[in-house]
Amino acid sequence: MRPLLVSAATITSCLGRGVEATRAALASGTSGLAPCRFETAALETYVGEIAGVDETRLPAALAAFDCRNNRAAELGLTQDGFDAAVREAVARHGPGRVGVFIGTSTAGILQTELAYRRRDPADGSLPRDFDYRHTHNTSSVAQYVRARFGLSGPCAAISTACSSSAKTFASASRFIEAGVIDAAIVGGVDTLCLTTLYGFNSLELLSTRACRPYDAGRDGISIGEAAAFFLLEPATARANGDAVALLGAGESSDAWHMSAPHPEGRGARAAMEAALASARLGPSAIDYVNLHGTGTQSNDAAEDKAMVALFGRTVSCNSTKGMTGHALGAAGAVEAMACILAIRHGFVPPGVGTREVDPALKARYELAGGRREVKRAMSNSFGFGGSNCSLVFGRPREAA
Amino acid sequence: MSLAARVRGVGVVGPGLCGWAAAREALAGRAPYVPAPTALPAPQALPATERRRAGKCVKLALATGLEATAAAGLDPASLATVFASSSGDGENCHAICEALASDDRMISPTRFHNSVHNAPAGYWSIATGATASADCIAAFDASFGAGLLEALARLAAEPRDPVLLLAYDAPYPEPLHGARPIPDAFGVALALGAPDERAQGPLLRVDLVPARPATMETPGLEALRAGIPAARSLPLLALLASGRAGSVAIAYLDDLALRIEASP
Repeated sequence: MRPLLVSAATITSCLGRGVEATRAALASGTSGLAPCRFETAALETYVGEIAGVDETRLPAALAAFDCRNNRAAELGLTQDGFDAAVREAVARHGPGRVGVFIGTSTAGILQTELAYRRRDPADGSLPRDFDYRHTHNTSSVAQYVRARFGLSGPCAAISTACSSSAKTFASASRFIEAGVIDAAIVGGVDTLCLTTLYGFNSLELLSTRACRPYDAGRDGISIGEAAAFFLLEPATARANGDAVALLGAGESSDAWHMSAPHPEGRGARAAMEAALASARLGPSAIDYVNLHGTGTQSNDAAEDKAMVALFGRTVSCNSTKGMTGHALGAAGAVEAMACILAIRHGFVPPGVGTREVDPALKARYELAGGRREVKRAMSNSFGFGGSNCSLVFGRPREAA
Repeated sequence: MSLAARVRGVGVVGPGLCGWAAAREALAGRAPYVPAPTALPAPQALPATERRRAGKCVKLALATGLEATAAAGLDPASLATVFASSSGDGENCHAICEALASDDRMISPTRFHNSVHNAPAGYWSIATGATASADCIAAFDASFGAGLLEALARLAAEPRDPVLLLAYDAPYPEPLHGARPIPDAFGVALALGAPDERAQGPLLRVDLVPARPATMETPGLEALRAGIPAARSLPLLALLASGRAGSVAIAYLDDLALRIEASP
C-alpha cells in the first residue's frame, strides 16, 4: 500500500486524557488498572476505566446519541486539538471527501442493558426514552463522529471483536487508494458494559487480578475502555520531522474456532506476513512489535508461536495491556497509538504486569523497555471469530 | 470516483425469495411475488457442534454465500469476504440483556461468543476454510450500501482477488423488536470480480451521489426493501434479474445513494 500520514491523533483511556498523559504512562510503566467498581458488576476482576466519562456531555444537537460509549467518543475527540485538525482537513478536502471508520465491539449496548431493567411491567416493552439507533446499534459511534463533524461521505463501523479498530486503518487505506475519499478518521471506541464483563467471565477468561501477559501465571484479561482517533491522509509534503505513517496493513481469518485462536498461531502469522508484504518490508525492518498479548493462556501461546516463526527471537516485543487493559474493539487503536508514540519519542514501553516471562514462550519479550530508536513498529490485534489484523507504522520517508 | 465490479454470482434468501434461480423470476416480474416467511436453510456446511449453535444471521450468510460462490464457480476457501449487517444476532442479545437484568447474571459462554458482530464471518471461515480477510461492517439502515462500497474498495486495491459480499439482517425478538422492527430475515450475497474483459457476469459501475433511492413496484417487495437493511439491495437485484442494461440508486446514508449502472 501507499503510506498514509497520521496527520493527527488522540487517545483517552484509563491512562488519562490525551497523547501526553498516555506517553508519560507508557514510558514510565504506569498501569491504569484497578479493581472493578463499574456499574453494578459484582465480579472479582480488574478493569481499566476512563475517568470522567459519565460527566461528559454531548453537544445539544446530538443529544439523541447520548450514552456512555458516545460520551467516551466525545471526551476523546476534544483532546489534543483533534477536533480542530479534523475541521482543517474537512476545509481542505470537503465534507464528502473525509470518510469515517470506527471500530467497536459493543458500541452503546450498555444503554440496552440498562433499559432491560426498566421494562414496562404490563407489556414488557422498553422505556420510551430508549433510542436503539443512536446508542446500542453497532454503527452509532461511527455515525456520531460523522454527524459531529458535519461530514457527508462514507461512514461505517467495523466490528470484528478485538481486531475491529485495527481493521479501520486497512479499510480507510483502501478507500483512499481507490479515490473514494481523500482523508479518513479511523480508530476505535469501546467502553465497559456488563455484556463483556459477564461474557468474558462466562468463558473463564477474566483474570481476578491485573492481567499478566506472557507470565507463566497468566490467567486471563483485564477489560479496559478507550477512545482513540487518527486522521489519515496521503503522505505528502505536509509531513514534518515528527510525522509517523501507516506503512502497511495485513488481515487474515483463522478459520478455526469462534473463541479460541488457532493453536499454532496460523492466522496471526498470516496477518503479520501480509502487513509486512503490504509495507514491502522484511521482518528485520521491524524494531518493536506491540503484541495482542491479552494475558490468556491460549492467546499468548498462539501469538508466541507466530512471532517466533516469523521473527525468530530477534525482535523486541511486549504487550501494553498490563497498563491499558484490553480495550476490545478499541484495542487496535490503543496499540496503534503505542506504536506511534514509540516511534515518535524513541522508546519501548515496559511489559507491565508480568513478573517472569513464561519459559515456554520464546519470543523476545521485553519486561524493562527503555529509550531507543524505534524506526518501525508493528501492532497485532486478534479477535473472536478468528479475525486478525496487523499494522506497520514508521517514518513516512522510510517507506519503500 | 467510480468503482467497478463484475457480478459473478448471486445468492439470496428472504421472505418468499428462496435462492436466486427462483427469486430472479419474481424480481424481474416474470413470475408473481408470493410473500412467505423466510425459510432458513440448515447450515449443513458446519460441523455438528457449530451447526447447533448457529443463529439466523449465520444461516443467512452460509446459504447465500455458498449459492453465490457456486454460481460464480469460485472456491469459497479462496475468497476475501465483506459481511454487512445492521446488528449482531438479536436472539443472543436479547437473552444476554435479559440475564443481565435478572438476579442471576450468569450468561452462556456460547451466547457470548455468538453475540459478536463478526460471528457469521467466524462460522463462514470455519465452514469453508476461508483464511483471507473478513471485513464486518455495520451502518444501520445503510449497511448494504456500506458493505458494497467496502467490497468495491477492496476489489480496487486488490483487483486479482475476487471478493464475496454477504449482507443479512434478522429480526430482534421483543422487546427489542419494538425499538428496532425488522420484519423478517433477509440475506443476499454477491460474488464480485474485477471488471476484467474476459470475465463473465454483469458489469457494475458505482458512484456515490445525492439521490433518492429506487423503490420496488410490487408492494410486498417494497415492504421488504423499506423494512430490512439488507433488502435495500432489492432494486439492484431486480436490475440484475432483468438481464438488461440500466441504472438504479441504492439507499446509503442520509440523502446519499449508490448510483449503480449495470451492463449485462
